[in-house]
Amino acid sequence: MSDGARHHGQRHGGQVAGGLRRGLGAVTPGALSVVCVLGALELAVRSGLFDERWFPPVSRIFAELADQATTSGFREATFETVRSWASGLVAAVAIAVPLGIVIGSSPRLHASVKLVIEFLRPVPSVALIPLAVVMWGTGAETKFFLILFAAVWPVLFQAIYGVQDVDPVALDTARSFGMGRGRQWLHVTLPSTLPFIATGVRIASAIALLLAVGTELIIGAPGLGRAIGIAQSGGAAVRMYAYIVAAGLLGMLLNLALGRVERSVLHWHESHRTVVQ
Amino acid sequence: MKAWAARAALQLALPVVLVIGWWVWSESNDSFFFPPLREIVQAFEDAWIWERVGSDVLPSMTRLLAGFGLAVAAGVAVGLLLGSSRLAYRAALPLIEFLRALPPPAIIPFGVLVFGLGDGMKVVVIAAGSVWPILLNTIQGVRSIDPRFVEVNRAYRVRARDRLCHTTLPAASPHIFAGLRASLSIAVILMVLSEMTASTNGVGFFLVQSQRGFALPEMWAAIVLLGIIGCAVNAVLVMIQHRLLAWHEGARGSALSEVR
Repeated sequence: MSDGARHHGQRHGGQVAGGLRRGLGAVTPGALSVVCVLGALELAVRSGLFDERWFPPVSRIFAELADQATTSGFREATFETVRSWASGLVAAVAIAVPLGIVIGSSPRLHASVKLVIEFLRPVPSVALIPLAVVMWGTGAETKFFLILFAAVWPVLFQAIYGVQDVDPVALDTARSFGMGRGRQWLHVTLPSTLPFIATGVRIASAIALLLAVGTELIIGAPGLGRAIGIAQSGGAAVRMYAYIVAAGLLGMLLNLALGRVERSVLHWHESHRTVVQ
Repeated sequence: MKAWAARAALQLALPVVLVIGWWVWSESNDSFFFPPLREIVQAFEDAWIWERVGSDVLPSMTRLLAGFGLAVAAGVAVGLLLGSSRLAYRAALPLIEFLRALPPPAIIPFGVLVFGLGDGMKVVVIAAGSVWPILLNTIQGVRSIDPRFVEVNRAYRVRARDRLCHTTLPAASPHIFAGLRASLSIAVILMVLSEMTASTNGVGFFLVQSQRGFALPEMWAAIVLLGIIGCAVNAVLVMIQHRLLAWHEGARGSALSEVR
């Protein structure tokens, strides 16, 4: 919301001050509450309310995070996690979108694969970790296939749903204007399916990150999850919290980046914009 | 009647073909990773009917329900609060954004450090990891209530409790259920993961034990069981949703309204 206000202000030079004030107004309660919560946590530890062995002071966690951020180990772990997230997500989208569009446009096909999808989708993907470990070991390959398996379903589901939701009047109109199948698809089906796919990708992104960190933690594949696990089992509480904070910040960053991509792809879609905000 | 039978045949054909195909294929190949389906079924019978139900399935389900129940209670309660106050919502937003972006497995080591290896840790991890979709959807649901309802409530000076039970909760419930479905799958995942990390019983523990002992049929049987559990808890939730939201015309809900 503050972002929109700022852009608005920049475009109309005279309103810059107003836009800025509105932007600040939207930010302040949030920033204030973050400061308050962090301060309260710090106080609770310093005053002895929380045991320092389990809850180190926030200031030390952030100092440790700043220290760690300069190390190559931290950068490699972050890079590994991001890389498996991205490769798994991209592969899932590349498989699920065409498949979903094909399945969604044929009621017969959809009916015949429905039960299989309905059974496979709720299978907790982490249940496959042991199988993947037996087949591919404990490296990046295992992580990739687990993320792929988990991230395919939401995108596939949304793509099928989106194709079925295409306005039949719009399709009939395109047909009566003599559009061929290819152009119908490009100008009617795809644009009205894209918002659904975007929702699927957003869900899949969160699941992909979950699987990345989860497998790193369980099987010790390189990444942030492993770093968190190692810090905890080594009794380095401060470092464990620092890495957890890093994982959270990374998650926020990836959400933000994905939101930005989504907005630039779907900038024309009015109702979708309201959903995003 | 005929159309109904044709439809059923169409829907069942592929699953039946797949299972038969798996049976035949796994019988004839001697891959270590894909033991014959016959052996998997045998292992499933030996372990899960009903030998280890009390010792592994029951603890797993108890943790799942306790954690998910906590998440529902906390998510709906806090969501109602944050949804009805714009200021509280704006103040809490950055924290919520951070916590929901935190990949849920990252809190498992935190749980182990603070709560040890017992059931308490697993319940807390499940609750803390799966609460966010419920919270966000409840907020969204409360904020999207038709303002006319709010005005009518104000005009008739409806008491706060009646307002909650007869306007806010019903109006927000389609959103809440969308959140519950997303949360439930995270809860199941965290149940399995937390049992894999640190446990002495549970389906996730059994799964990891079979893998470490290279007992492949047992491992597959545990995977199948987890698939069945995932389907079953999801089906129960959908059933509850259909019953409670039968009045709602879009009971199936637009997937676009799911906030994640």
